[in-house]
Amino acid sequence: MSAVAAAPADRRVARRRARRRNTGSALLFLSPWLIGFGVFTAWPLVYSAYLSFTDYDVINDPSFIGTANYVELMQDPKIALALGNTLMFTAVQVPLYVLVSLVLALLLNRAGRSAGFYRTVFFLPKMTPPVAVGVLFLLLFNGQNGLINTALGSIGIDGPAWTTDPAWVKPGLIIMSLWTVGASVIILLAALQSVPEELYESARIDGAGFWRQSLSVTLPMISPALFFIVVVNTIAGLQTFDEAYTAFFGAGNTTYSNDAALFYVIYLFQQAFQFLNMGYASAMAWILFGLIMAVTVVQLVVSRRLVYYEGEDQK
Amino acid sequence: MTGVLPPPTVSADADPPERVSPGRVERTPRRSRKRVVRVLVSVALALLAVVFAYPFVWLISASFKPRGQVFDNKLIPETFTWDNYVRVWQEAPLALWLTNTLIVTVLAAVTVTISSAMVAWGFAYFRFRGRGMLFGLVLATMMLPGAVTMIPTFLIWNALGMVGTLTPMWAQNLFASAFYVFLLRQFMLGLPRDLFDAARVDGASQWGVFWRIALPLSKPAIAVTLVFEVQAVWTDLMRALIYLRDSATFTIPRGLKALVDAFGFGGEWHWEIIVTASVIATVPMIIIFFIGQRQIIHGISAGGLKG
Repeated sequence: MSAVAAAPADRRVARRRARRRNTGSALLFLSPWLIGFGVFTAWPLVYSAYLSFTDYDVINDPSFIGTANYVELMQDPKIALALGNTLMFTAVQVPLYVLVSLVLALLLNRAGRSAGFYRTVFFLPKMTPPVAVGVLFLLLFNGQNGLINTALGSIGIDGPAWTTDPAWVKPGLIIMSLWTVGASVIILLAALQSVPEELYESARIDGAGFWRQSLSVTLPMISPALFFIVVVNTIAGLQTFDEAYTAFFGAGNTTYSNDAALFYVIYLFQQAFQFLNMGYASAMAWILFGLIMAVTVVQLVVSRRLVYYEGEDQK
Repeated sequence: MTGVLPPPTVSADADPPERVSPGRVERTPRRSRKRVVRVLVSVALALLAVVFAYPFVWLISASFKPRGQVFDNKLIPETFTWDNYVRVWQEAPLALWLTNTLIVTVLAAVTVTISSAMVAWGFAYFRFRGRGMLFGLVLATMMLPGAVTMIPTFLIWNALGMVGTLTPMWAQNLFASAFYVFLLRQFMLGLPRDLFDAARVDGASQWGVFWRIALPLSKPAIAVTLVFEVQAVWTDLMRALIYLRDSATFTIPRGLKALVDAFGFGGEWHWEIIVTASVIATVPMIIIFFIGQRQIIHGISAGGLKG
C-alpha cells in the first residue's frame, strides 16, 4: 500500500484525481460557513430589504406598502432625535477614545518592566459585561452621591446631574466609555512596538529630536493601526446600545426622561421587539447600514492621504 | 529611607573630575532628562492605574456594604456584611442564570471554534477556483452591521418555535464566524504544508489531516478563539433581550438587567442588590482574563495589526 513505491505515472494520475477531489473536500470544509452565509446573512439581507417596504407585525402576513416606511421615517421626530444623539455621541466619543488609547499606549511603551502589570490594569475593564458598565455608570455618575461628583465636590466643583440632566447624559456616557479602551490600547501598543528601531536611529543621526521623531517616524508607522481603531470604533459607536439601554431603558423607567440616551439602535430595538413594527424597523436598519457604509467610505478615502502602509509607494 | 533612590546627579558628581571626558559631560544632562521622563511616565501610569482600577475595587467593596453605605467612598466597608450575596441569591434565580450562561457559553465557544477552524482549514489548505473571491466575501460579512440581519434572524428562530429557548443564543455558532475564520486561517497558513502532504501520502483522510494534525497544531489560535467567544457570549445582552422571555431562561447579563429594572427603576433603588449581582456577573470574566491573558493580548494585537 505504500505510496512511495508507486510508479511515477501512477502518482501523476493519483495527483490529478486528487486535484479533482480537492474542490469537493474544500466545499465540505467550507460547508458550515456556506450554509451559515446563506441562512443567516444572505437571506436575512434580502428579506430585511423586502420587509422594509412592508407593514409587518409578526402575527399577520407582511403587507406591501411601498416606500411608506421610509417616508414615515423622514418625519418621525424620534428618528431625528436618535440619529442626532448617535451622531453626536460618535463624533465626540471616537476622537476621545483614540486619543486616550494613544496616550495610554505611549505610556505603556515606555513603562519598562512594569508594562505587563499596567497593561492588565488598563485592559481589565474591557472584560466587564456592558450591563455591569451601565450599572457602574449609574453609580459613579449619580448626581447626589456618585463618586465623580464627590471627587469634583472635594475640589470645589458642583458636579452636574449626569444621569438625569439631558445635557449631561451623553458626556457622562462618553466618559464612562473611555474606561473600556483596553483593546485599542493593546492594538496601538503592538503597533508602537513593531516600529523598527533603525528608523529612530537614522532619524537621530539626521538630527531629529523627540517631537520630530514622533511626527515623522512614530505617527506614520502606527497610522494603519490608528486608522483601524477609528473605523472599528466609529462602526461600534453608531451601533451603541448596551450601556445606555441598561442605564436608561427597560421595564419601569418612569423616574426620568431618557430622550437624551435614545440611540439609534435602541430605538430600532424598541420598534422591532417592543412595538413589533418589523417593517419600520427593517427600514431603520437599512438607513443605518447606508450611514455606516457612507461613513466608512469617507474614512477610507480620507485615509488614503493620511495612512502610510509599508511597502507601498508614496505618491 | 527605604525606596528613596539617590538623585541621579549624585553619582555623576562623585566621579573624579579627571575621568569626565567631553562626550560624557555632554551626555549627562540628556541622561538626567531621560530620568525625569521616566519618573513622569511612572507617575502618570500609577495615577491612571488608580483611575482604571478604582471602579472595580469600589464595586467589589460596595457589594459587602449594607444598603445605607453603598455610596460612601470607603474602599474597606465600615460594616462588612455578606447579606447582599445572601439576598441576591434569594431574590433572583442566580444559580439558574449562571447555569444557563454556562451552557450557552460552552456550546457557543466549542461550536464556533470547531466550525470556524473547519472553514479556515478549507481556505488555508485547499486550492480551488473562486477561493479568493469567497474569502473576500467572508471578510465582507465582518463589516455587516448586526442590526440589518437581526430581524430576519429573529423571524427564523420564531418560525422554528425556538424563541424563548436557549438555542438561538448559541446555535448560529454552528456555522462559523467570519472573524475567527480570518484569525484561524492566518495561523494555519503558517503551518508547514509538507507535513500535511506527507500525512496524505501515508493514507490519512482529509478529515484526519485536519482533525488529527492541523487542529492540534493550531492550538494557540484555537485558544484565542475560545477565550474571545467565551467573553463575547458571557456578556451578550442584545441577543438575550431578543430571545429570552422567561426569567428561568435568563443568562447573567439579561438577569442583571432584570435586577436593574426591578430594584432600580421599579423599586426604590436597592443598589446593594444591583452592585452585588454586577460583581457576580463580572468575576468570571476576570478569571477568564487571567487564564487566557496571553491569548487575549495576542489575539487583539494580531487582529488589529492585520486588519
